Amino acid sequence: MEQLIQKLKEEIIDALNLSEMNPEQIDEKAPLFVDGLGLDSIDALELTVLLEKKYGLRISTAEEGKKVLYSVRSMAEFITANGKA
Amino acid sequence: MTNSGIISRFCSIHDNTVVVNHRTEFSHPNEKLEKFLTRVYQHFAIPYPKFYKMDILSKLGFLSVELLLRDTGLLEKYEGHKTGIMLMNASSSLDTDRRHQESILDRANYFPSPAIFVYTLPNIMIGEISIRHKITGEGTFFVRERFDASFLVSYIRQLFDTGILQCSIAGWIEKNGDDYESVIYFVEKTDSPMDGIANFDAATIQKIYDKVK
Repeated sequence: MEQLIQKLKEEIIDALNLSEMNPEQIDEKAPLFVDGLGLDSIDALELTVLLEKKYGLRISTAEEGKKVLYSVRSMAEFITANGKA
Repeated sequence: MTNSGIISRFCSIHDNTVVVNHRTEFSHPNEKLEKFLTRVYQHFAIPYPKFYKMDILSKLGFLSVELLLRDTGLLEKYEGHKTGIMLMNASSSLDTDRRHQESILDRANYFPSPAIFVYTLPNIMIGEISIRHKITGEGTFFVRERFDASFLVSYIRQLFDTGILQCSIAGWIEKNGDDYESVIYFVEKTDSPMDGIANFDAATIQKIYDKVK
């Protein structure tokens, strides 16, 4: 799980052009949106594409999206639960 | 036409050099544009992390306006809805359009990037600048084959004369492949031409542009 979290942080930095950040600066448990990294709706779409492109996983509903994209850890748990880790 | 307006300040970014009112503020030759723009952003310590997410055209426009207005208090003189942004270029958002096209060429690996797609219009750059500076007046992006000083002057004067705007950021921000140039200015509606650095007329604007070229 820790390895996946580290990999996800690097992929998020790359996908969202957060080039001023390094993985250590991202708190895996902190909310990705509003409070934490301050991401917006376009970033949410980008993360959804990332999950599909890199892990072959689709988020089927908005409710599921809110839970899965809450934090780096919740994304990693979603990937692991679907056997794609 | 009752008020011809004055140019308070202008800024250009060309050949990896930032010039504000004829004075070179920063230069770093022989570097790719995106890297150069990041260097400019960091050099002037601009606290706006969203900069990193913008496409190159928006980065160029964002920094041009940032340095145009830096430490001037020009915007504070006017209400947001009386301030406009009128920009022009020849290539629209073609660079980013190409990037988007590349991302959707392969049907077997079809993952268009929302973060790229969102910049496939040049007026998104105006949106980025408006959000940053709380500008809520008219914002229009024109696509012309070449810089058209007369058109921009007459358009802005009309907005001044009809009371829609009291000031505007205006100019040319072009990016296509390795070629780029940004020449923008801040124009104010006023009756006292001594307040600015130049009169707001097509000949003066053209002269400023030609000097950068």
